[in-house]
Amino acid sequence: MDARILDELRAIVDGRGLIASPEELHTYECDGLTNFRVMPRAVLLPTSAEQVQAIVRVCHREKIPFVARGSGTGLSGGALPVENGIVISLARMNRILEVDFPNARAIVEPGVINLDVTARILHNEFFYAPDPSSQSICTIGGNVAENSGGAHCLKYGFTTTHVLGLEVVLPDGTLVHLGGKALDTPGYDLAGVFVGSEGTLGIATKITLRIVKRPECVRTLLAAFLSTNEAGAAVSGIIAAGMLPAAIEMMDNLAIQAAEAAVHANYPNCGGLLLVELDGPLAEVECLMTDVNEICRSNGASEIRLAQSDAERALVWKGRKAAFAAMGRISPNYIVQDGVIPRTALPKVMSEIVRLSSEAGLRVANVFHAGDGNLHPLVLYDRRIPGQEEAAEALSSNILELCIAAGGSITGEHGVGEDKKKMMSKMFAQPDLLTMQRVRNAFDPLQLSNPTKIFPTPRLCGEKPGEYTPHPSESAGLAERF
Amino acid sequence: MDSAAKSKSKNVHSSFRYDLMASLGHDYVQAAGPDDAVAGVQPKVIVAPANEQQLVEVLRRSNQAGVAVIPRGGGTKLGWGNPASRAQLVLSTVRMNEITEHAWADLTVSVDAGCTIQKLQETLAQHGQRLALDPLWPGKATVGGVLSTNDSGALRLRFGALRDLIIGVTLALPDGTLASSGGKVVKNVAGYDLPKLATGAFGTLGVITRAVFRLHPLPRSARSFSVTTTSSEETRRFIHAVQNSKLAHTALQARFESGAAPVVDILFEGTEAGLSAQHAHIKVLAETAPVAEASPEVWNARQDLWSFSKPESAAVAKISFLPAEIDRFMELISKSAKVRQLRWKAVAQATGIGWLRLQGDAMNMRDSLQDLREQFERSTGSLFVAYHPSGMASINTWGNTGDALPLMKSIKRQLDPKNTLNPGRFVGGI
Repeated sequence: MDARILDELRAIVDGRGLIASPEELHTYECDGLTNFRVMPRAVLLPTSAEQVQAIVRVCHREKIPFVARGSGTGLSGGALPVENGIVISLARMNRILEVDFPNARAIVEPGVINLDVTARILHNEFFYAPDPSSQSICTIGGNVAENSGGAHCLKYGFTTTHVLGLEVVLPDGTLVHLGGKALDTPGYDLAGVFVGSEGTLGIATKITLRIVKRPECVRTLLAAFLSTNEAGAAVSGIIAAGMLPAAIEMMDNLAIQAAEAAVHANYPNCGGLLLVELDGPLAEVECLMTDVNEICRSNGASEIRLAQSDAERALVWKGRKAAFAAMGRISPNYIVQDGVIPRTALPKVMSEIVRLSSEAGLRVANVFHAGDGNLHPLVLYDRRIPGQEEAAEALSSNILELCIAAGGSITGEHGVGEDKKKMMSKMFAQPDLLTMQRVRNAFDPLQLSNPTKIFPTPRLCGEKPGEYTPHPSESAGLAERF
Repeated sequence: MDSAAKSKSKNVHSSFRYDLMASLGHDYVQAAGPDDAVAGVQPKVIVAPANEQQLVEVLRRSNQAGVAVIPRGGGTKLGWGNPASRAQLVLSTVRMNEITEHAWADLTVSVDAGCTIQKLQETLAQHGQRLALDPLWPGKATVGGVLSTNDSGALRLRFGALRDLIIGVTLALPDGTLASSGGKVVKNVAGYDLPKLATGAFGTLGVITRAVFRLHPLPRSARSFSVTTTSSEETRRFIHAVQNSKLAHTALQARFESGAAPVVDILFEGTEAGLSAQHAHIKVLAETAPVAEASPEVWNARQDLWSFSKPESAAVAKISFLPAEIDRFMELISKSAKVRQLRWKAVAQATGIGWLRLQGDAMNMRDSLQDLREQFERSTGSLFVAYHPSGMASINTWGNTGDALPLMKSIKRQLDPKNTLNPGRFVGGI
């Protein structure tokens, strides 16, 4: 990128919104998936949709790839910069533009922090439902890109459920409006296609959200089981009884130990811990909580506790939400995985994970969104021990293959990004991937918007599904794969 | 087209038809009759493939031969949309109607596009479950047709529309590609969300052959109540009070009719204890307005709009508006109907989706629909004309599509470059 273009970009963002010095660029060389690092040529911090458009137009003219970035908390490398490309950070576009309580809508810029939306509307007893564990720092723009979930999406749905309209800068700099404040805008549901497209279809500059009235009451129950199998049976019992809890979370013993060490959540020490949250009208919740209690007991729960206060409830959740970071307490390094299985496959997949884990000689801690079958196995290892890192990566990939074999998915909420694109041809057949690419071509024919993510490289795409061939540079030990 | 080209095209079609008969059997390739007309356009042949492979093959060959294809499920909403610019082959999914897997313990179902909603619901009910959707004419409407038209009813308030219920789709594209996306699990962000792209696309991008849905348990108990209000303003206030309360209602709709008091219906589902508590609460919110226990029949009100005796003097439109402006829009409708000497009836959901029926002179209905559309669009809403008499001068079915139309056309070109599927029926001439 020559100095002329850099000057042109600098002028767009009033001089102050451009970062080009190597020491400052280091901050942007990776996101939450820190194993991959690429230095961008520059980082732009626009403050308006017009500035985003102007930047993207320059990129389009000069064929410079760009990657949009929110807070960089993503766990799949979605915001990883592209070689010779620029990063467009939306951090300075962080205004909540409109809150419309009568219509239960909020219009925000992409850099708004997830939890700040709820903070802004809580006084009127509303909340913004999608609650990824990183909600205190992640942005709505990033949530839109990844279609972020969270513990409560079992009942309330994902980001895509709550995004009604988008203002988007397309990869040629055109500004378009997808969906809108009212429902069922005539035409294709392009807002539905855009959410979860991981920054490959353009950059959202304005987002119309649905906001939700807070339920009359919330009750959280902890139940301790001998193992995750009994806990899993209780989950099936709850679902079979026709209930739709706000959340059902499960942790195994290793995850409990880590969470205890980190935040002293006062969890019972057991083989499988279940956290069940019900919300709704008081009479309804109390009636159903009795049933949940009974189902847990009949599935062998050794201890059942109902959080007695908001503070106790908050502590229960703190332990769960800190579970990933807590692994640092019990292991020097770990890989976070994000597979999904049909819930009924849980006992089988769990016993396979145990088998693979003991074969590899590595510990695996398990944290699940059990209600919807979203597994977060955490593969623990020590990078200083030769061969462990490779073994951990192999184990992590094998677990994902278990998920695919069980009829599930390689990612429930973290996205494909850079991390899992090699797994895409194991989950989808080539015609499936080529059809998605055709949709991408309609938005971004020059492939400038986050171009290297989601899809396997053309060479891998042409391979038969089910086989993985290492990249030559990987075989030669020049590159790593995670 | 000159006469030589016309005769050539006719020859292509007869040999094409002969080929199809040879591979599918005579019974499943039939000449189209007047009943098969699509919004006034007469197709030539009806083809009913037995399975996905056959459907892909018919579609691929049609595309190759330049034959325009109209996908058809139960045919209940085939008149929706603009008249096709070309319509030669009706591709019927009637024989592809299996429920391939009801994974009841996982609350999902995989089903072929030609399965009717009623058959699907009956099967799901055996395990106490349902697809939480109440589309029009469930006895005839199919999964593929309901998806393509994005039809939803009162349950949408609680469970969302099809976009929130579909988790996987398989699409046959005109070039013979059979592509799946999504999957069989509720939570899944791998790849683009093509189930949402196919939903509401009016069969213009590909033919839906299979879908996977997330399911919900059937409620333990359900009770409906009706509250008669004195004005549309009171209706709005009551709906707002309910929406702004801590009630966990499943559906909330208002029924309006020229010369009658508006009635609000509310549906509660859950435990008996929960229902009793909510019934008590609703009486408080209704203040002086009478609250009566209602029959579940009130939830058929949307479908009942379609029962009219004189098809030449009725029109039906889907409207979308901001929920808090329900009274303003009902007043606008009322005024417009009065000026144009029309009778009107509407069912409006608390989600901001409604259905309007006008009855009277065709030209007056047309003028009224156009005036109203302008008003709806001005407040970010829309008005889609689902039915109008054949005698009514042509009216834009869809209205304004906004600045994303070029992008939509670009997607159409990517997936159906020869404009084989439902040509001209969708927004902006797609």
